[in-house]
Amino acid sequence: MSQLDYLAPTSAEDAASALAAGGASARVLSGGTDLLVQLRAGRLKPGLIVDLKRIPGAIGIREEDGGFVIGAATPGALIGEHKGLERAWPGVVEATCLIGSTQVQGRASMAGNLCNASPAADSVPALIAARATCVIVGPAGRRTAPVEAVAVGPGRTSLGSGEFLLEIRLPPPPPRSADAYLRSIPRTEMDIAVVGAGVNLTLDSSGVVSDARVALGAVGPTVLVAREAGEALIGARLDEAALAGLDEAARAACAPISDKRGTAEFRTKIAGVLARRAAVIAYHRAQARA
Amino acid sequence: MSKRHVSATVNGDPAEFLCDPGVTLLDALRDELGLTGSKEGCGSGDCGACSVIVDGRLVCSCLMLAAEAQGRRIETIEGLAQGGALHPLQQKFLEHAALQCGFCTPGLLVAAKALLDVNPDPSESETRYWLAGNLCRCTGYDKVIRAVMDAAADLRQERRA
Repeated sequence: MSQLDYLAPTSAEDAASALAAGGASARVLSGGTDLLVQLRAGRLKPGLIVDLKRIPGAIGIREEDGGFVIGAATPGALIGEHKGLERAWPGVVEATCLIGSTQVQGRASMAGNLCNASPAADSVPALIAARATCVIVGPAGRRTAPVEAVAVGPGRTSLGSGEFLLEIRLPPPPPRSADAYLRSIPRTEMDIAVVGAGVNLTLDSSGVVSDARVALGAVGPTVLVAREAGEALIGARLDEAALAGLDEAARAACAPISDKRGTAEFRTKIAGVLARRAAVIAYHRAQARA
Repeated sequence: MSKRHVSATVNGDPAEFLCDPGVTLLDALRDELGLTGSKEGCGSGDCGACSVIVDGRLVCSCLMLAAEAQGRRIETIEGLAQGGALHPLQQKFLEHAALQCGFCTPGLLVAAKALLDVNPDPSESETRYWLAGNLCRCTGYDKVIRAVMDAAADLRQERRA
């Protein structure tokens, strides 16, 4: 059996070199709440674990030009405690804080949630709706990609050899805008989304929706951007016709599987319901800011 | 690969141990430091029996590598009682019979302490959500919650006195 090594580099460049040298058997460690479970289950047998937490900025949130830069290993608990971030992006914060228990929140990161590439990842629909981007570091340097470009299938990402996520960037929220995230689980805590819906919308000065973006979780192989669902809201004040259009377009975007958490039919119906409800919450939040 | 040398602070005292890179903090606490109060229930972060506090954050020690503990401040169940005197949470767990088999109890106590460290006056609902990651298959939770609420009230009284 091959031996495992552990490195905790203190710069992003060293981490990229170590990952590149470790090749296909190298794995990134942030909070470890997915990685250690996979190690124990024997699903992964890495030769090298590269811990990002000693890289300056890997843990922490900083404001930049009205937006936010969130280090890749920042635990959910820290995100939940950041008042400025919660004011700006309440949907992203509520989505992140839904992940796991208090113990898991003490470690689990948004970047890990994204790179684990589960279609049911709670923070990802909210991040995509918010038009978040990520800074990816690799042997060739740094690049920026939209969050929706990272996962390409269940457990698979578009990251190349030696590449890892260094930070997630949230733009400044436009005036009169707000986001919201809802998920459906059959209990109140400690479960994986059967469906998740993130909505981010902007109102014009008269209260009409001028921009809207909807992302749906657990209804396809990756989190889906439901473009037509967002478009259904534009030009209206979230009246019943607009909400019905959102509901229908959200359902049309779904391509779920049936599994022990729910049937494809159930997931599709719930996706429409959650998109509606999240849109109403986001709309009221945006009105309160206007 | 050679064993790693880790130095950390455990329950206020410096501690050093050697571990393989893939070993969890839980295994190092139990097998290298002899602190067997933290339990392995599931090994996948679902049950909370291995709860410890690292740099002020409640975590599952089964989901953390021992190597990550380098330079960190770790609090375990063994640090709760002071000089043979039970912590008020431990005392209230006894008074309310908030345990039966006891396997989940160290994790519940550490998690409850972490709650009261940041929120001395939690509502019942806040307490239940905070402890949702600590599974108990014996008590049905009700006595656990009552014990935590009672201990919190006692600790508030103590602070006022």
